[in-house]
Amino acid sequence: MPPKKDALERVSFPLMNDPELSGPVGADPEPSIDEARLRQQAIGVKLRQMFDEIVNEPVPQDFLDILRRADDKGSLGGQG
Amino acid sequence: MVQRNNLDAASETAFKRDLVALIPHLRAFARTLCGDAAAADDLAQDAILKAWDARSSFQMGTNMKAWTFMILRNQFYSEKRRSWRQSQLDQEAAERTLVAADDPEAPVALDEMRLAMGMLPSEQREALILVGAGGFAYEEAADICGCAVGTVKSRVSRARRALHAILEQGAYDRDGSPAGEAMRSILSDAERLSGPR
Repeated sequence: MPPKKDALERVSFPLMNDPELSGPVGADPEPSIDEARLRQQAIGVKLRQMFDEIVNEPVPQDFLDILRRADDKGSLGGQG
Repeated sequence: MVQRNNLDAASETAFKRDLVALIPHLRAFARTLCGDAAAADDLAQDAILKAWDARSSFQMGTNMKAWTFMILRNQFYSEKRRSWRQSQLDQEAAERTLVAADDPEAPVALDEMRLAMGMLPSEQREALILVGAGGFAYEEAADICGCAVGTVKSRVSRARRALHAILEQGAYDRDGSPAGEAMRSILSDAERLSGPR
């Protein structure tokens, strides 16, 4: 006889016990774990903000100039 | 005209286009390694030139972002070995970041984050940036840093714990100048927290 449907639904998934991976919807979440996860998420957001702020800066002209100069040098062939 | 490298003109154009597109990311990575914006731009420019010179050794179709980040990182550490002592906790970087953070225009939360990041040992800082902001998988970050995947994971995890502790304590004096004693205490806590377990 196959297991009943609701028995299958009660199977617990080990991943759900991992505080890094499970969502905030656990039946009886430990507040400290949820709090720590929220704080780590906030750190992650700020970290990306910090990085993206620089990524979004306009690229200084120097950077484009060095590649243009490198190009000119390359076209001289075997000299240098 | 004979090319000095093995790339044909079309590949060279494609390579250059991709390299130009990576400039903003290389600048950001360099800034997190160096702290100082001018030194970071010098580092990024050196890395871009190195990447350009090495273009014939790049395998088209592989991850160019990871490849250029690795070049930049190697450049950073070869310069650092020449001029700085290798230290577990880079207090100089922390102090530079503190100065760099002294910008009234910048949002406070980001100032705090910059300062806290500057207090981390550089290998933790780079691991956290690559995985947490650079969009790299642990495996790619491990390739870039030349270490095992498990090492990257443990560095990221220690960096997160240390950052949390630093931010929790309040890493700077909100009225302006850093309080020397508080700073030293936070640094030593960060060192303890980020050390091997």
